[in-house]
Amino acid sequence: MPNSAKVGDIICTELIAAAKKDRNILALTTDSRGSASLNPFARALPDQLIEIGIAEQNSVTIAAGLAHSGKRPFAFSPAAFLTMRSVEQVKDDVAYSNTNVKLMGISGGNSYSYLGNTHHSLQDLAITRAIPNLEVYMPADQFQARALMHYLVQSEHPAYVRIGKRALADIYTSEAAAFQRPGQGNVIADHGNDIALVAAGETVQVALDTAAILTQQGIRAQVIDLVSIKPLDTDLLNRVADQTHRIVTIEEHSIYGGLGSAVAEALAPRGDTKVDIIGFPDEPAIAGTQDEVFNYYGIDADDIAARTVRQLTH
Amino acid sequence: MDIQALERKAAEMRKTTWEMIYRAQNGHTGSDLSCADILVALYYQVLHQTAESFSDPDRDRYVQSKGHAVEILYSVLADRGYFPKEDLLTYSQFNSPYIGHPTNHINGIELNTGSLGHGLALSVGIAKAGKLDGRDYHVYTLMGDGEQAEGSVWEAAMAAGNFHLDNLTAIIDHNRLQISGLTVNVMNSEPLADKYRAFGFDVVEIDGNDMRQLVDTLQTRNTPGRPKLILADTIKGKDISFAENRPEWHHKIPTPEQYQQGLAELDEQIGGLVHAK
Repeated sequence: MPNSAKVGDIICTELIAAAKKDRNILALTTDSRGSASLNPFARALPDQLIEIGIAEQNSVTIAAGLAHSGKRPFAFSPAAFLTMRSVEQVKDDVAYSNTNVKLMGISGGNSYSYLGNTHHSLQDLAITRAIPNLEVYMPADQFQARALMHYLVQSEHPAYVRIGKRALADIYTSEAAAFQRPGQGNVIADHGNDIALVAAGETVQVALDTAAILTQQGIRAQVIDLVSIKPLDTDLLNRVADQTHRIVTIEEHSIYGGLGSAVAEALAPRGDTKVDIIGFPDEPAIAGTQDEVFNYYGIDADDIAARTVRQLTH
Repeated sequence: MDIQALERKAAEMRKTTWEMIYRAQNGHTGSDLSCADILVALYYQVLHQTAESFSDPDRDRYVQSKGHAVEILYSVLADRGYFPKEDLLTYSQFNSPYIGHPTNHINGIELNTGSLGHGLALSVGIAKAGKLDGRDYHVYTLMGDGEQAEGSVWEAAMAAGNFHLDNLTAIIDHNRLQISGLTVNVMNSEPLADKYRAFGFDVVEIDGNDMRQLVDTLQTRNTPGRPKLILADTIKGKDISFAENRPEWHHKIPTPEQYQQGLAELDEQIGGLVHAK
């Protein structure tokens, strides 16, 4: 069994380590230090944690003001509120004004499960990747979270990071393999050129599991972890398209505007590659645990493998 | 500068603004004219900031939350040497950085504003950073009174009080008009003084077109631990007789005849102030 870890815990540990060395690094929370796994940060560096109260718009703009004055703020809020309630603050005060704010969207996607659609962020990628001058990341395991944090604490660029809630099994065995630089995706399994499965964040494991099932059925798949939704690794996607001409994207996001859309937009001009977008349909998500909901919508390895086999054999 | 020289400067800046808007056939005339005295007081007398020292981390900051009154800001910045005065000729031209709301592509402008309700929170962040770093710069932000309907203003006001930001001064250009009419009729945000006091501010109510009151109030240090709000009663369209207190002049462009009449009125104003000196 692989090890697993909560990405939020890793981010907190890395942020504490960096903030101890650089007092300009700040964590902003919106009554969310617990769910952001920031209690250790609050205990270790109370003067570098700024509590904004339940006011996500205010947090983003205050972070922009802090960044403009030389601070390196990491603004933590539930991803749904951070990206949707505060979208104008993100667009104007962070991206457009080019302030070095790191927007840390916790409990992303369907993480809040039974708390319902007010708390889901299944449109955050569509929103954030349409904003100029904003990088967008989705770490898939603890190694990638660690490597990404090493980049983020020294980067001067606005970025949004979507972080899930549950512990994620290790995908990688080293930080160097997990994340190198903005706009670089990873081929994490390469069984052949029948099809490529493209994922990011929590669905990377789904893609790996899907590839394993396909292998048993004689279908050789590649698995791509994009990690950097924006900038997008279009070189890698084109290489994979050259080899497979068939791509399945798997995301914890609406099928509109997210990872699948990004891949399709990048590859559409080629005219020779089919992109099958798997994600949440255009409806309020059904209630359930993350696994139950993924299964219901066919965002699970068995369903995706079956769907892929059907498409390849027809 | 003495008060009379500042008053003359304000009249000159109104004229530059009037010319710029007429040339470009674009701009927020009434909003510019109402806050001209506030900007002149800040940039010629109060702010510890110069064009050359704009990147100095210890400079005072000015964030113009009511970004639409950008023509008066450009006029003042050009006059203070932040960029060449000829640049004003490109205002509202294709591919010019001098657009209808402030952007930080221009020397002298801290952050991009325009969507209302952002400037106070930006200023809270800047002021909080000053506190964290032990720097003694002061942050000033100018809002409109119509802008007070934005909820984000009150989130920021709550934070300013909560963080005891005595290095922050917010100014409301209280001209009582917005694009659709009287602010009390569009969405009544009064009593603003009571509201800001309740959020932890010291509130000073002044005539915002009176240079002496502006300079005195802006130069008075905050009570320790408290942000300050200056509720500056102003006249929208100030010093153009036919634009004063007329909501349609929020962003009306003068006809050629109106332009000439306005110029004559402003020249008379400038001449009178020169003569008085």
